[in-house]
Amino acid sequence: MLSMTGVCAVVAVCVLFFILGYLVYHGGTSISWNFFTRLPAPVGEPGGGMANAIVGSAKLLFLATLIGVPVGFFGAIYLAEFSGTATAFIVRYAADLLNGVPSIVIGIFAYSLAVLPFKHFSTFAGGFALGLMMIPITLRSTEEFLRSVPISLREGAMALGAGKWKTIATVIVPSAYRGILTTILLAFARVAGETAPLLFTALGNRFWSPGWSQPTASLPVAIYNYAISPYEDWHRQAWAAGLVLLALILIINIVARGILARSVSVSRS
Amino acid sequence: MKRIAAIFLVGLGLAGILLAQGVLSITGAGATFPFPMYSKWFDEYHKKNPNVQINYQSIGSGGGIKQVTEGTVDFGATDGPMNDEQLKAFQEKHACAVLHFPTVLGAVVPTYNIPGVTGSLNFTPEALAGIYFGKVTKWNDPLIADANKGVKLPADDIIVVHRAESSGTTYVWTDFLSKVSEEWKNQVGKATAVKWPVGLGGQGNEGVTGTVKNTPNSIGYVELIYAESNKIPYGNVRNAAGVFVKASLAGVTAAAAGAAKSMPDDFRVSITNAPGKEAYPISSFTWLLIPSKISDAAKRDAIKGFLSWMLSDGQNYAEALSYARLPKEVVAKEKKALSNIQ
Amino acid sequence: MATTTTIVPSGGPVAGSRSFLSRLRDGDEIARLITFLFAASVVLITALLVYELWQGSALPRHQFGLNFFRTSVWDPVFDQFGALPFIYGTLVTSAVALLIAVPLGIGAAIFLAELAPLRLSDTLEFFIDLLAAVPSVIYGLLGIFIVVPLMRNGIQPQLKQYLGFLPLFKGPAYGLGFLTAGVVLAIMIIPYIISVSREILLSVPRDQREAALALGSTRWESTWKVVVPFARTGIIGSVFLALARALGETMAVTMVIGNTPVISPSLLSPGDSIASVIASQFKEATGELYTQSLIELGLVLFLLTFILNGLARLMIVITSQRGSGTGLA
Repeated sequence: MLSMTGVCAVVAVCVLFFILGYLVYHGGTSISWNFFTRLPAPVGEPGGGMANAIVGSAKLLFLATLIGVPVGFFGAIYLAEFSGTATAFIVRYAADLLNGVPSIVIGIFAYSLAVLPFKHFSTFAGGFALGLMMIPITLRSTEEFLRSVPISLREGAMALGAGKWKTIATVIVPSAYRGILTTILLAFARVAGETAPLLFTALGNRFWSPGWSQPTASLPVAIYNYAISPYEDWHRQAWAAGLVLLALILIINIVARGILARSVSVSRS
Repeated sequence: MKRIAAIFLVGLGLAGILLAQGVLSITGAGATFPFPMYSKWFDEYHKKNPNVQINYQSIGSGGGIKQVTEGTVDFGATDGPMNDEQLKAFQEKHACAVLHFPTVLGAVVPTYNIPGVTGSLNFTPEALAGIYFGKVTKWNDPLIADANKGVKLPADDIIVVHRAESSGTTYVWTDFLSKVSEEWKNQVGKATAVKWPVGLGGQGNEGVTGTVKNTPNSIGYVELIYAESNKIPYGNVRNAAGVFVKASLAGVTAAAAGAAKSMPDDFRVSITNAPGKEAYPISSFTWLLIPSKISDAAKRDAIKGFLSWMLSDGQNYAEALSYARLPKEVVAKEKKALSNIQ
Repeated sequence: MATTTTIVPSGGPVAGSRSFLSRLRDGDEIARLITFLFAASVVLITALLVYELWQGSALPRHQFGLNFFRTSVWDPVFDQFGALPFIYGTLVTSAVALLIAVPLGIGAAIFLAELAPLRLSDTLEFFIDLLAAVPSVIYGLLGIFIVVPLMRNGIQPQLKQYLGFLPLFKGPAYGLGFLTAGVVLAIMIIPYIISVSREILLSVPRDQREAALALGSTRWESTWKVVVPFARTGIIGSVFLALARALGETMAVTMVIGNTPVISPSLLSPGDSIASVIASQFKEATGELYTQSLIELGLVLFLLTFILNGLARLMIVITSQRGSGTGLA
């Protein structure tokens, strides 16, 4: 019976390695200098790349972080330091609901809020949609890390005459700093791979997208469009893009966990 | 670490600002069927006019109609012309009309995967309608077998595949079926998305192609170019003159030739089941949807510039990508219609 | 866990009687206000979302009313819209996903929490969490290229051969369908079940285990009969959270489910789900009734997730109150 449970765990891990291996096998050949620097070529012409999708994803994620992180971070400070239980319950429930909203519905919501009134698809709308998805993750986890700061630290600060805000800014947040950073990185990794919210907001672009109010290409949407095309060259590019996206998210996860591991050992010492 | 992040962010910001100088960006969205053609055209046009970027996204014909009506894109594209209701909706929203400009011609073919059958099967319109209605359920049904004497058809069930999402290809296919089957017209109708009596859905032309390729005894409908790129067998369809025609650029052009003479002024015309011995019966124009009033003068000139290029040099690129060029009469008529864009 | 109110010595006679303006000068009140605004914005956004969904589906709600939930017809040409096949598809695929993922996930979590040495457990957990970070588009592609052929050529014919007498496995084996979508979903939600269940199992107090062992039970008996039941409500909570993810999963499901709005008892049949049909048809839906019916489907899905989230929170709160410690969310 015991060994059965071990088998379960091993099965789960094997699936991950299989996925990685498959992507490397199919997409590895398309990873080239062209892939990272060239714009998409018209159908049937080889040598195109996904440079604009990579930059587009970077801009979208930058905007998402700008929108999602402050709301999550400051909201978490309120929940952990200032609020009463009733307000806290409402805010947490709302955050959980937002977390459970399917990404496609977030896309529709962002479409009606950020695309229709302005009459064009834009990087801003895409970043807005992704930012919305980052809020609940950032809020809930940051709150947990803030709460985990030992009460002795708080009381020490108070005893020295610091006000509430000063305590938060100079003692509590810095000591939870690593955990909060991890949270941000994990929320980032989660939205980096989302496709559905971008379909109705950032749309897509065959060219560079200047500024923030034009439609923009992005890696997840590019993967989807290329994968369902009939061209072999585009299929290979789709796999390559999938590999690049997955590698990016894995690296972020590893960095986030590395920081967290260090913070745990730091606080133990 | 913080310094690197700061430099990176400043760099992004600068890049955003700098790249915004000087380029005119036009966005269009719509049909997936002509996407290979449009991506080639817009690329070539950009090479000749580097300060004009026309970004076309293939989100489907319905998407093109919807987004151009909403005003979120500068132009749309569709395989099925807008109906009167949709035209009225546009007129109400924008206080001007939307103009249809045919660009190229294409064909929709019935593709199949029957173990043991390698040649081109003959399909009568009645057979196709019956199959998609779910009335013709086996490959060796007389409706199919009678047109294919000498071909050994199995007694297996037909697995029908159609498009999962809304699409102009579906519009052309159902338009044809509505013309050849009264029952289909009354019970299912023609549209970019219908209530299919039977069948599996595949996402995009590629989804249908893939499903047919991998499912024995299946039949699906796809654009000619997708069938050719994937080297899958597709059948001949009997046209209105009683001849079994295999889809080809010549057959499509023949279908358009008849329509060219009686082309209405708004260019909305269906050429499925066209008369003529050589006409391929499941052919269609594909259109760009341009608002008749464009307030941004630079955009208007760029769009008009593109359209006249498309009607002259652009047509030369069509055949290499398996699209049929527009008949001469249609081109002439369109050139005159360009002045309607203000 | 409410924060303790601290009395900051700043000169007034009694803490609560200072005027608003003088509290404002302290900076604490500003901080409180600012952070409150951010926290409140979360609630506002969620409320706005519900409002948009409600408003955006006004037409079909008035036109179809409750019939929306009783009709199985989805006809964009003749403007007949019913949600039943999509609700059915969403529930069936999620059920299949849970049936596969829950035993595997809890088994793996038990292994990682109770039986594996800590280093191994942490390493494996790291990799399993990475599985949750794989984008859903990639799961969809892998579904099409690997799972569907495997189903069509390998697994489904076997199921038909041995279990074909059950209505669950009737009909042709297309490869696409409820079963395939359920399998792909299972792979996607397993990491959530493993992560959360492992955390909860780890938080069961040591004295429970030790008491069982002291009474002479085997390792397995103490795990299965004492620890797991103790953590039962928390584990069920994790299952609900995974279910919420499965209900809303869009891209992967739409690529393998067959996109046919039918209600069929057979798992081999193609079907459709709410998220999948919205993704396929929303972009191109022309006509108010059509578009708004899709939005109403979004509302239905939101309500489903609302209820399930509520149940999950309740479960987890019950576990916390029974003293398992972490009060996880």
